[in-house]
Amino acid sequence: MHMADALVSPAVAGTMYICSAAAMGYAVRKVKLEEEEKKIPVMGVMGAFVFAAQMVNFSIPGTGSSGHLCGGMLLSAILGPYAGFLTMIGVLLVQCLLFADGGILALGCNIWNMAFYGCFIGILVVWKLMMKNGISKKRIVAASVIGCILTLQLGAFSVVLETLSSGITELPFGLFAVTMQPIHLAIGLVEGLITAAVLCFVYEARPELLWHADMLTGTEKQKKGKLSYKNTVIILAAAAVVIGGLISLAASSNPDGLEWSIAQVTGSTEVAADGTAYQAAEEVQNTTAFLPDYAFKGVDSVLGTSFSGIVGGLIVVAILLFCGYIPKFKQRKRKHE
Amino acid sequence: MSKIGHAIHDMHHLDAMAAGDRWMNRVHPLMKLILTVVYVMAVVSYDKYNFKGLFTMGIGLLTVLAAGRISVWRHAKGLGVVMLLICAVGVLNPFYDRTPMYLLGNFTITGGMISMMTLLIKGVLTVLASYTLMVTTSITKLCYALRLLHIPKSIVTVFALIYRYVIVLLKEVERMQQAYQLRAPGQKGIHISTWGSFIGQLLLRSIDRAQIVYESMLLRGYDGEFRYSLDEGEAGKS
Repeated sequence: MHMADALVSPAVAGTMYICSAAAMGYAVRKVKLEEEEKKIPVMGVMGAFVFAAQMVNFSIPGTGSSGHLCGGMLLSAILGPYAGFLTMIGVLLVQCLLFADGGILALGCNIWNMAFYGCFIGILVVWKLMMKNGISKKRIVAASVIGCILTLQLGAFSVVLETLSSGITELPFGLFAVTMQPIHLAIGLVEGLITAAVLCFVYEARPELLWHADMLTGTEKQKKGKLSYKNTVIILAAAAVVIGGLISLAASSNPDGLEWSIAQVTGSTEVAADGTAYQAAEEVQNTTAFLPDYAFKGVDSVLGTSFSGIVGGLIVVAILLFCGYIPKFKQRKRKHE
Repeated sequence: MSKIGHAIHDMHHLDAMAAGDRWMNRVHPLMKLILTVVYVMAVVSYDKYNFKGLFTMGIGLLTVLAAGRISVWRHAKGLGVVMLLICAVGVLNPFYDRTPMYLLGNFTITGGMISMMTLLIKGVLTVLASYTLMVTTSITKLCYALRLLHIPKSIVTVFALIYRYVIVLLKEVERMQQAYQLRAPGQKGIHISTWGSFIGQLLLRSIDRAQIVYESMLLRGYDGEFRYSLDEGEAGKS
């Protein structure tokens, strides 16, 4: 799934570099708190391990084909999501700068598609949620398979969005997605089973090596096993920025269901309305809408669409936070009274 | 030779080329890294129908390769694998974009054909640009350039260590695979019953090796900081 430079435009590559750099900065800060000095040599050797392990072919029974290991999930299950993410960046850097596997310009995309989802979504969301009530072999298998399938699906979908946003292919969105997603569903299943087999072996031989194994079997599992509020917000915010910024580029310019129905009846997607109230409302809308039709005023640029997606998401978050704060504010007021 | 054997051999050859004493190897690594990124950006910025501009960029790169006496044939097979996704993405362009662009006798060249061709040319040129960087710049010099760009030291050190240990672990995998194949002749890949234990053993040995590496580094005065320099002999000393 390594993307080559020819598949991305500089604008998409730059956006994905910013997203990946933000995730990297956060991971570097977290690893610094976890004895960075001691972890770096382990991360280096483990990165080399993933590289070497990916050269091994695992035969898939009844198919005659073979599968490979899913690096992100396995690394993060041993090193933790932050050190695992940085190690995956190291692996992708080696592949890019020393084997020309994945382009220099597309490195930000590749980090996001292969390392971010595997380490953050796969471990911080799937693995942590499934191990909430303690660790077991069944849970390891379930978490590995679900995690690998989910992260590969997200990665493949991101490849589709990044390529389409770059204007590289004439393939329609539907056909491209329908081609990419099922292939990666099968790959995800096989990679998940291989990852599960390795992690089950580690669980039996040296369970203390698994990330937070002590916590997952200890008394504090309920307290620490929960996905923290802060982490959830950060992951969802990152996903929202990417979805708002990139998916909005692939949004259809065709009318939606309601507009289509109106067009069938009136011949236009918008209903013309006469009257002072309508005119006043339109004037207010024209003044307040600083991003009309999801673009900068008077400028026909794809950046305007991305910007609208991100700003729209932020405004919705701000409104929801404000709405959520009102009951708390009332509660405090009552207490004071 | 096995697939892993070939990979190790290729890595040694790339190492030898990067450590050579050609004029391109002596250019500052940061300059080469920046030039590569600028070149790649320029190539991908060309319009999908502008194959003439890409042709000029191609001649420029081929001149640099010839001046640096860099042969691409030896690693052409490995570089070809990278082109697979590009081909898959571009192959249907002629079926979707049928806008007539040029007439070649009775044959009409459509916009889709040109956009497919430019995509393939862009793929080849960007891969060749990365290849030029990797055969003229050693790993320590690349690390030095990355640190000058303020890439966090943890990432750069992990990058250097992965490269340093990848050959060691590849040799270990090759030995394990050879031993497995001798016990299971004619079998393609690792059987499902041994998936976990095969890689699991390698994983446990790698973790133990990492501990030994860390202790050795501590004994040599490692304090969490690797100091990279342009002088190969000085690099990596803490």
